Amino acid sequence: MLEEAAAPGPAGAIPPAEHLLTIDRLCKTYQTRDGGRIEALRDINLAIGTEEFVAVVGPSGCGKSTLLKILAGIERRTSGSIRLAGRPLDGPTRELGIVFQTPVLLAWRTVLNNLMLPVEVQHRDRASHLAKAQALLALTGLDGFADRYPFELSGGMQQRVSICRALVHDPSFLLMDEPFGALDAMTRETMNLELLRIWKESRKTAILVTHSIPEAVFLADRVVAMSPRPGRIAEIIPIDLPRPRTLAMFTSEAFGRHVGHIRELFGTSGRLDG
Amino acid sequence: MNPLAGMEGSADGKAAGVVGEEPTSHLDRNAILLAVIFSVLTIGGWELIVRFFRVPSMIMPAPSAIATSLWKGLASGIYPRHFLVTFLESIGGFGIGAAFGLLLGGIIGTSPLLERAFYPFVVSLQTVPKVALVPIVIIWFGYGINSKIAISATIAAFPVLANTIVGLRAAPREEIDLLTAYTASRWQIFRTVQLPQALPYILVGFDVAIVLAVIGAIVGEFVGAQAGLGFLILQRNLYFDTAGEFAIIILLSGMGLALHYLISFAHRRIVFWNPRSANQNP
Repeated sequence: MLEEAAAPGPAGAIPPAEHLLTIDRLCKTYQTRDGGRIEALRDINLAIGTEEFVAVVGPSGCGKSTLLKILAGIERRTSGSIRLAGRPLDGPTRELGIVFQTPVLLAWRTVLNNLMLPVEVQHRDRASHLAKAQALLALTGLDGFADRYPFELSGGMQQRVSICRALVHDPSFLLMDEPFGALDAMTRETMNLELLRIWKESRKTAILVTHSIPEAVFLADRVVAMSPRPGRIAEIIPIDLPRPRTLAMFTSEAFGRHVGHIRELFGTSGRLDG
Repeated sequence: MNPLAGMEGSADGKAAGVVGEEPTSHLDRNAILLAVIFSVLTIGGWELIVRFFRVPSMIMPAPSAIATSLWKGLASGIYPRHFLVTFLESIGGFGIGAAFGLLLGGIIGTSPLLERAFYPFVVSLQTVPKVALVPIVIIWFGYGINSKIAISATIAAFPVLANTIVGLRAAPREEIDLLTAYTASRWQIFRTVQLPQALPYILVGFDVAIVLAVIGAIVGEFVGAQAGLGFLILQRNLYFDTAGEFAIIILLSGMGLALHYLISFAHRRIVFWNPRSANQNP
């Protein structure tokens, strides 16, 4: 049950040709200052289909953020391989959009110039991406804020800008590291719905790391449950809830069944801080 | 437009916007009033005490005597001429010192290897009392303006150097991670994140350096010079013209204050996005 082959996607098993991202026997070991070794990730095998939404849940210390950082090229893996559309992935890639827990907006840049950061850094054509940037701002309800500075925006609005920034250069996959962890519960639900809408419109492959089991079940096609010390995949749970998802589904029987099942895996209350 | 986004926008406006502007300006008015009263009482009291106790002008001149001396010196053209010399020495020293501090700080601050190798030297040089070098610098550069610029630059370089190194370390990890994930080169990371994040520190360094540059120029003039306000103070001292010395000190304070305000103004304009800089008192 640990193998991706045993975990069917939303429309049954995904044939290997349609895998956008393939993670094979990935391991990560940290060297501590006193010469010790900490095994953060052990034998991670995961294949993610094109336009699939995968959520990774697990308690603190299960290495889910480390996994994301390795995929983003911010950290190096110790062993194993990652392939993106068949080609080895060994560092940062232009095909990636990323959202962190905090918005990480550069304070001296306007909303628009923050949004255009990937375009600028990757020397893409600014003029042709400006329209895309404006469209993304409109899509996230931020039209009219292009020339504002981050400190003039609320936390939820800032995080929307960072999501727009992750999409502006039209990457093939989107990584999100607890993107709504710092928001209040109300804003968080709204942002979940909004994220689904953006994901559906932009047709991206999405990998979301979260502490919240309900959030993972609500958003994802498959939930990857990880266990800590060393971080490894405990189970991959396909979520068969129909799309588009609505807030009413939070109370549905199928939703409760999935959440209950994953909670049992961890034996906790649903939020996995700890 | 997303209705929720609008709601958040207005809530944010309330939270981050101008919180009670009127009480603030009210406070400002009272502060100015208090400062004026304090100045009038101090200067008036000083004048009265000097006159009442007949304190010799050589020991402590009355404010009126200082004002007269200041006016005469300015009108005769003597003070402006020497003021210009000291001003040029300070500005020149600041410019050279700041440029040197920026360059060296930039090199040390962006290379962990160089930082480890050279930071101990920077710290130990910082502890050298630079004033002690003045006689040597005068032997090297002569009695003219050059030696004062050299001394001024030596003293001004250190705060800029140290603040540049610290500032370049100030960029948050996540901002560098973000740029890395978007395939930025080291130079792009430096230009896009590290340098802007270092600016508030560098400008504070400039602020300290400009004041030190003036001090450097004066100390240089004390040790050996043919012109400048420091030279003029020594000359007045020789003639027991204490009122004249006070008048020159007022000019020097004015110079320091003007330069400090200039840097503060630039600071607030350049790092407008930093709430700590924006709220900083001038």
